Amino acid sequence: MYAFEIERPATIADAVAALQGDDAQALGGGQTLIPTLKARLAMPAKLVSLSGIGEMQGVCHSDDGALCIGGATTHATVATEAAAHYPALAALAAHIGDPAVRNRGTIGGSLANNDPSACYPAAALGSGAVIITNTRSIPADDYFQGMFTTALEDGEVITEVRLPVPETANYQKFVQPASRFALVGVFVAKFPDGVRVAVTGASENGVFRWTEAEAALSADFSAGALAGLGVSPDGMIADLHGSSAYRAHLVAVMTKRAVNAC
Amino acid sequence: MPKDTGIGASTKRREDVRFLTGRGKYTDDIQTYGECAAVFARSTVANGVIKSIDTSAAAAMPGVLAVFTGEDFADVGGNPAGWLINSRNGEPMKEPKRPVLAHGKVRHVGDAYAAVIAETVQQARDAVEAITVDIEELPALINMKDALAADHYVHDEIGTNQCFDWGWIEDNRAATDEAIRNAHHVTTLELVNNRLVPNAMEPRCSIGHYNPGTDEYMLHTTSQNPHLTRLLISAFVMGIPENKLTVIAPDVGGGFGSKIYHYGEEALVLAAAKKLGRSVKWTAERTESFLTDAHGRDHVTKIELALDADGKFLAFRTETLANVGAYLSNFSTATPTFLHGTLMAGNYTVPLVYVNVKAVFTNTAPVDAYRGAGRPEATYSIERVIDKAARELGMDPIALRRKNFVKPDQYPFTSAAGLEYDSGNYDALMDQMEKIADVAGFAERRKASEAKGLLRGFGVNAYIEACGIAPSNLVGVLGSRVGLYDAATVRVNATGNLSVMVGAHSHGQGHETVFPQVVAEMLGIDPQSIDIVHGDTSKIPFGMGTYGSRSLAVCGSAVVRATEKIIAKAKKIAAHMLEAADTDIELKDGVFSVAGTDKSVSFGEVALKAYIPHNFPLEDLEPGLEETAFYDPANFTYPSGAYCCEVEVDPETGKVRVDRMTAVDDFGNVINPMVVTGQVHGGLGQGIGQALVESTTYDENGQLLSASYMDYTMPRADDLPFYTVDHSKGNPCTHNPLGVKGCGEAGAIGSPPTVVNAVIDALQSGGMNVTHIDMPMTPHRVWSAMQG
Ligand SMILES: Cc1cc2nc3c(=O)[nH]c(=O)nc-3n(C[C@H](O)[C@H](O)[C@H](O)COP(=O)(O)OP(=O)(O)OC[C@H]3O[C@@H](n4cnc5c(N)ncnc54)[C@H](O)[C@@H]3O)c2cc1C
Repeated sequence: MYAFEIERPATIADAVAALQGDDAQALGGGQTLIPTLKARLAMPAKLVSLSGIGEMQGVCHSDDGALCIGGATTHATVATEAAAHYPALAALAAHIGDPAVRNRGTIGGSLANNDPSACYPAAALGSGAVIITNTRSIPADDYFQGMFTTALEDGEVITEVRLPVPETANYQKFVQPASRFALVGVFVAKFPDGVRVAVTGASENGVFRWTEAEAALSADFSAGALAGLGVSPDGMIADLHGSSAYRAHLVAVMTKRAVNAC
Repeated sequence: MPKDTGIGASTKRREDVRFLTGRGKYTDDIQTYGECAAVFARSTVANGVIKSIDTSAAAAMPGVLAVFTGEDFADVGGNPAGWLINSRNGEPMKEPKRPVLAHGKVRHVGDAYAAVIAETVQQARDAVEAITVDIEELPALINMKDALAADHYVHDEIGTNQCFDWGWIEDNRAATDEAIRNAHHVTTLELVNNRLVPNAMEPRCSIGHYNPGTDEYMLHTTSQNPHLTRLLISAFVMGIPENKLTVIAPDVGGGFGSKIYHYGEEALVLAAAKKLGRSVKWTAERTESFLTDAHGRDHVTKIELALDADGKFLAFRTETLANVGAYLSNFSTATPTFLHGTLMAGNYTVPLVYVNVKAVFTNTAPVDAYRGAGRPEATYSIERVIDKAARELGMDPIALRRKNFVKPDQYPFTSAAGLEYDSGNYDALMDQMEKIADVAGFAERRKASEAKGLLRGFGVNAYIEACGIAPSNLVGVLGSRVGLYDAATVRVNATGNLSVMVGAHSHGQGHETVFPQVVAEMLGIDPQSIDIVHGDTSKIPFGMGTYGSRSLAVCGSAVVRATEKIIAKAKKIAAHMLEAADTDIELKDGVFSVAGTDKSVSFGEVALKAYIPHNFPLEDLEPGLEETAFYDPANFTYPSGAYCCEVEVDPETGKVRVDRMTAVDDFGNVINPMVVTGQVHGGLGQGIGQALVESTTYDENGQLLSASYMDYTMPRADDLPFYTVDHSKGNPCTHNPLGVKGCGEAGAIGSPPTVVNAVIDALQSGGMNVTHIDMPMTPHRVWSAMQG
């Protein structure tokens, strides 16, 4: 680790101001950023901790029934507080990493990082969430722009994530054996106006919607409706843990299992 | 009724009190006044010529005290291999120098070419980044076959990448070839024994100290083997007189083999301590552990098994490429040869064995002994090919093994690979396994799995290994440059309690509990009054360390011998006190009495008298009560076992789950059944890890792709089943005083083939013609195999 300054603002406004300086970086739960710093792969001059900002904490409801999660809310909090309203989301949060990771890691940090194997991006895209920042609201469909790439500008802070609650939903995560991130994760959500299917872990372009499956499931919400459907291995990640063909295969298997579990 | 003290009691491990309450004292916990920090500059390329190193900027950085490069150690010795192997043509193996710091060339990613000593770790790290090095990268030699065919070399000065080409037993070669040519059936299998990173929980750490007032050095280090480290530093690397160097291995957080060896970092901190007159500490980061701890296994083998029409084994023949990495680590040449080839007859009466091993230098981390060391590789090859043969011949895998087992009336049995097995009963182990694993109920369980859409497989394995390493006479003939005895001193203090100094180092094995059980049993006293001292060369007569499941069989035997001497001396003292002849003195329950009388003195009274020798007949009886013994075993010990497991395979994803695992072992006599069970559990976890998840992967440029826990999978609790472990069917070792055989590695030896055999069985039950999958059988590998 290189030396850095740290600020602990109590409001979003103060955090945004603190982030204006050169080489300042937001610190969520630090579950990605701190290991990066320890490996000396980043050298921000200043970290701005978001964990003391009360208005970015917790889970509540908006008037239109969406679930609103503060950008600095930990996975553990989502796992408990969302359980009654959005069980599939709570279950997803409950299976991120280990207790230490869940007690510190945050939804804002996960979405800002947009790891191609992370779980929350699948939930956000699969739910048709809106990512709310200190300056604007970004629909999930516009937010995710490829591996580790998002619509966020420098210094922009995710203050809240607003997720429409589907009639039913399920997330199936086939774990990468070492990291236990998703080798392939599929989030299926059935809304009155159609089904959304979001896939993480698989594509070189990060989380994506499997529109063919969405159309089939919107017409007939059953695993049988997926028969014969598959994604192409082209553009799928190939690494130590699985070839692109294997990942493409798992996308179909996990989608079917998610539907069966709904 | 189980005993509650002494030999055979499941006494709780006394060392766990400090380990589990955070009171252990590991090397990194030791802090010395004025201590400074060492950080190493390590190669980021696998193979390259060091054109220049400029350390001037680093030397000028804040807090920097010294900078070392390979040049500084050009005149000191290399870290040697402990075992000389001769090739089939009689030529000795190639032994390129292994320097303290790379000099002229870097040979693997992580190879250290410089070190900075600074006031703090941060300052040293900053300064390492300021070193300018110009390395001309050369093509990396990673794959063993490529390395053997290449016309450039890991070590230019030896002009080959082959360390040796070893044959065992060379005189059997022609007969074995002949038997295979003429056999009714030959089963052939090519397999990979995957390279493993040891992953001790505690990373390596060393602190060098130097006292200019006495010219004495001290090294605190994470070692399984402090005396060997001292010997190597003294005799080979630095020339520090042995009497001026103390090596202390305090609590050590796991080793699994990787901490047997001497590493360059240990020499560096000593040299730096001398130069600065201050204590110098280096603690590995986890990435350094991945890159530089000696790895394990890494064999590529072709094995053939010849059988007659009845299924009798006629011959085993193997050709193995064994990766030794970029440098020869201390045991790296013994592991693929005498710890592997000599076991290639397994538990079987097969008349012919021929093993060929070519050891290959590559631009990868050194490879050396890792839990099991050669015997897992032997067992894996044998037990996989037997399973394949059973399938090809349509025979039951258990029946085929039983048909070829050495039978109880054949001991001592000289195997076709040249070892003399002293005792065993493989059929009895198999009987017990079949019973407690409920093998008969498998068909029902398979049906239940199939109803869930899962394929269930059954796998079995019989193993034998050689422990209690090792008879010095024998290993000397075979090329060992050291003796493999061990030593113990039993010191009875005046107040009647005991300190027992042992050469074996305990880093999780439970010696501090088990050795006192032995001494307490012999003396008839409370084990709590006995403490074990280990890991400090200034306190212990000598020792050859802990590995090869040797601690109890070899060092424990030395403890027995020393305790026998104590008893003999104590009887003399008691005889003097009781005015009787020492031949008339009996020891029972801690009391010395004159046979046939009611005259007696307690052990405590004798101890006190030994140190207050008023009116001793000094010409016959020395004061004091302290005895030392060295014990050199007459033979290896031969633990054996019958293992089975059941797996469920998800045909859609290839994911394997081990559902049941049964291990029946013959460890001879068992001193503490609970400790033995724990050792087996640990070994099984590592074996299942190797079989299912652990993979050390270098890319073609020699970058270690699995250099962190994000990519290197360690088995976790939910990867492992509850185990059924049994060691009630032991046949005592016939040649050591305790009748013990060794249990530390068995689980890691017996389980990998068991799991692979079960997965193959599962896939075959699903109609898939899959005959082999290389370890680790990750979901991706299994799924790919299912695709044909
Ligand atoms: C052992 C382990 C296992 C894990 N397993 C999983 C898993 O199974 N699935 C999974 O999805 N994830 C997993 N993670 C990642 C974990 O969920 C992280 O917590 C998450 O990716 C990052 O969140 P954080 O709050 O820790 O962010 P930090 O590490 O603090 O920050 C990450 C990045 O986001 C930025 N940032 C943080 N908060 C905000 C914000 N509110 N607005 C804008 N930018 C912000 C930071 O500047 C930084 O660039 C694992 C992590 C570990 C260490």
